[in-house]
Amino acid sequence: MSEFIQQAINGLRMGSVYALIALGYTMVYGIIRLINFAHGDFIMVGAYTMIFVIPVMLGFGLPAWTAVAAAVIVASAVGVTTEAVAYRPVRKRGTRMSALITAIAMSLFLENLAQVLFTSNPRVIKASIFSLPAVQIGAVKIDGTTLATIAIAAVTMVGLQLFIHKTKMGRAMRAVSEDKQASILMGINVNRTITLTFAIGSALAAVAALMYCAQYPSVMPTMGSMLGLKAFVAAVLGGIGIMPGAMLGGLTIGLVESLSKAYSATLTGGIITSAFSDAVVFGILIIVLLVKPAGILGKNQGEKV
Amino acid sequence: MDNGTQLSTDRETPLIKVSHLGITFGGLRAVNDFNLEIGENELVGLIGPNGAGKTTVFNLLTGVYVPTEGDYFFLGQRMNGKKTHQVVQSGIARTFQNIRLFKQMTVLENVKVAMNPYYSYNLFSALFRTGKYWESEAENEAKARELLEIFNLQDKADYIAENLPYGQQRKLEIARALATGMKLLLLDEPAAGMNPTETAELLECIRIIRQRFNISILLIEHDMSLVMKICEHIIVIDYGTTIARGTPEEISSDPKVIAAYLGEED
Amino acid sequence: MKMPQEIKKASTMNLIAVAILLGAIAWLGFAQVFSSYIVGIFWLSCIGIIMATSLNLTNGFLGQMALGHAGFMLIGAYTSALLSLAMVRADVLAGEGVQQLIRFVICIVASALLAGLFGILVGIPALRLRGDYLAIITLGFGEIIRVVIQGIPWAGADGLGQGSASPVLYKTGLGFNNATKSHYMFFIALLTVLCVAVILTFIRSRFGRAIISIRDDEIASAASGIDTTFYKVMGFAFSAMFAGIAGSIFAACYSSLNTGNMGFMASVNYFVMVVFGGMGSITGSIVAAIGLTTLNEALRSFDEYRMLVYSVVLVLMMIFRPTGLMGTYEFSLTKTLGRFRGKGAGKKQEEEVQA
Repeated sequence: MSEFIQQAINGLRMGSVYALIALGYTMVYGIIRLINFAHGDFIMVGAYTMIFVIPVMLGFGLPAWTAVAAAVIVASAVGVTTEAVAYRPVRKRGTRMSALITAIAMSLFLENLAQVLFTSNPRVIKASIFSLPAVQIGAVKIDGTTLATIAIAAVTMVGLQLFIHKTKMGRAMRAVSEDKQASILMGINVNRTITLTFAIGSALAAVAALMYCAQYPSVMPTMGSMLGLKAFVAAVLGGIGIMPGAMLGGLTIGLVESLSKAYSATLTGGIITSAFSDAVVFGILIIVLLVKPAGILGKNQGEKV
Repeated sequence: MDNGTQLSTDRETPLIKVSHLGITFGGLRAVNDFNLEIGENELVGLIGPNGAGKTTVFNLLTGVYVPTEGDYFFLGQRMNGKKTHQVVQSGIARTFQNIRLFKQMTVLENVKVAMNPYYSYNLFSALFRTGKYWESEAENEAKARELLEIFNLQDKADYIAENLPYGQQRKLEIARALATGMKLLLLDEPAAGMNPTETAELLECIRIIRQRFNISILLIEHDMSLVMKICEHIIVIDYGTTIARGTPEEISSDPKVIAAYLGEED
Repeated sequence: MKMPQEIKKASTMNLIAVAILLGAIAWLGFAQVFSSYIVGIFWLSCIGIIMATSLNLTNGFLGQMALGHAGFMLIGAYTSALLSLAMVRADVLAGEGVQQLIRFVICIVASALLAGLFGILVGIPALRLRGDYLAIITLGFGEIIRVVIQGIPWAGADGLGQGSASPVLYKTGLGFNNATKSHYMFFIALLTVLCVAVILTFIRSRFGRAIISIRDDEIASAASGIDTTFYKVMGFAFSAMFAGIAGSIFAACYSSLNTGNMGFMASVNYFVMVVFGGMGSITGSIVAAIGLTTLNEALRSFDEYRMLVYSVVLVLMMIFRPTGLMGTYEFSLTKTLGRFRGKGAGKKQEEEVQA
């Protein structure tokens, strides 16, 4: 039992990372109906930023995690630039298919740019990011990194909810995702709202990068693609465009991944081994999409005839 | 109960018989207790104010929506729950309020798509172009061109559909529906957005195809004068419920219809 | 055959042109004129052509955004490798020369059928979704195929090498050496031509028209009596079948197999070819497949910069020419010749269409 709880807590830790990344996907999708394939790469951008900033912070006698501030700034800048340089012009002229292709292209661009700049060899963050003591509850031991990760995720999500629901800018974001044309008529600056969405989404990716690197301190150009893909699966699972859905989806994927890695072999008599855990994640996505095409919290909408 | 019997007192088996058809969308009754009978070669008009549920009726009859109440029979066959393409193959075809052509395909190809069941070759013949392929292609192309001629579109056969002027796009949509070989044609506001000349041409077209193909038509139209001119029977619905039915003369003097269109007078 | 006269003439001309092309390839291939480098590019181009034209069927003609095409290629590659390995071990058609050819053909047919079958299995659930969702679900299926094959003990990481850690293909009887690859150039070219021809005749039949009508307007298509689900699955499975064939060639071309070579990035790579060439243009896919494959190899030493440039070009293309290089243009030998002769028979027709 205590092993199960341990696995579940590990799942929650990874799930919180997925949830933060999934929020970025979902916010962008909600506002411009685009799967931002480059979103996973914003995590990579954040992680590389930390590689360079952590030694500086340590030099100032600050803890390593403070480097996240720089990561947030750089990732937001990259996100906003991506939006302005690539997505906006395509959105003006092209179809949804061409927008999606642009997103794939931007993902390729960022990954290969990183490859040119930093080579494909993984770099390791040597300093430990959170140096917190572990907590023992009965037979279950929760290490400091896990606690910090889950806590940061919780705080970020609550903060985001407050921002979306209590501020003027948050209201503008919700309005634009409801109806772009009407928002223009209401005097909302749509382009600025979209820019803001990208900035927040990318900032969340940078925070996720901190949380991820705290556990897996190895940074490389393609690190964002699988991470992004799974977080995206999480967003779709919960219902893309719906923020609580992203959180629910992220935690679900984290739990499923952790538990399937630990138990699938014993449960299926060795047929489905831990090597298939990625397949299990996608398998769940497929089942959910087929049963409820708009995701767990989504509303099904047919095309109007 | 008045369930459309006055439309068909002199017939044994109607082409289509709709009884008590209805649909509810999450608590909202979009269409309620809809009854209809259309006989051979009959032209019935379906009118009502905006949002009255006219297009919903079409969607119900063509399998886009599955009715939650009642049922309907076409040529004696129960049609509830059939998929759109099955409905079409049984003999009901439609046009759309906002024209839906295959925009990137040529005019001729648009018609050929609808003739798909009449092509007799299988996949093997298609891939290796056996004699059967060429025979069937030639035969159906001739038929398709013949059909286009009726709509005076024969010279535009190789045009890309979206490059046609509006009025001709409407005609092509009707031609495509005819090409399915249907018995009952559902026209959703065919005259919408047309100028008087185009409308006159359309009326002529409808007259010709009724004669030539011996089909029945159910027509949604906003242009009251048009409806009064060509329909033998008219059904008026409002808020998903039938409020009147009868001949054009009866309808035009019905106080309920006038109220629905002009608003109640207090 | 009741082929119309002018079509008969045109197809005879096309046949002659293709025969000359194939003849030249046969002669050059058997004489081993080319370096192994060029031969390699030739094989990869053929794989690219089959992959891009078949993917175009789904993305360009059926209008359904699929992102897992490499998954079907993977099925083809592993089917071929395992089947060939089984045959070699059982000493059935295990020899060189004609036996090798027959064994290869059997592998190709098996790969096509199995990939097609998986196309149906994936297509039935996946094609219920549209647009973005379909893109994701096909991506998901592609990844599942990859992960599962990788995890199967007798196929994945250490399955094919007969105990060794690397999945070496020459032990399976595929994974041809350079001389064999040169000899097989004619066969591969013939296979590619056949694949493209079959895709073209498919598109230009009632089946193709049904599929294109779904792309243009799915609702209108159903309202014209087309069973859209059936034709979508048919188009998708048909497309998957060719990916299976391409996978089979892949297994013969490389000396080792690795599931990592046919993951999401490979799908994106073929997808880029389709987009560059123009969604809905088979000519475009062929040109893009040859062009990009050659460019890929030529710029191999600048690999990172190459992908960087691609991605930038792709974005620029989406901004300034979203229809791709060719749009929906198709090359026609007779029309082109007609233009040269100044008779302009084809040209006139075209102008009329454009007018």
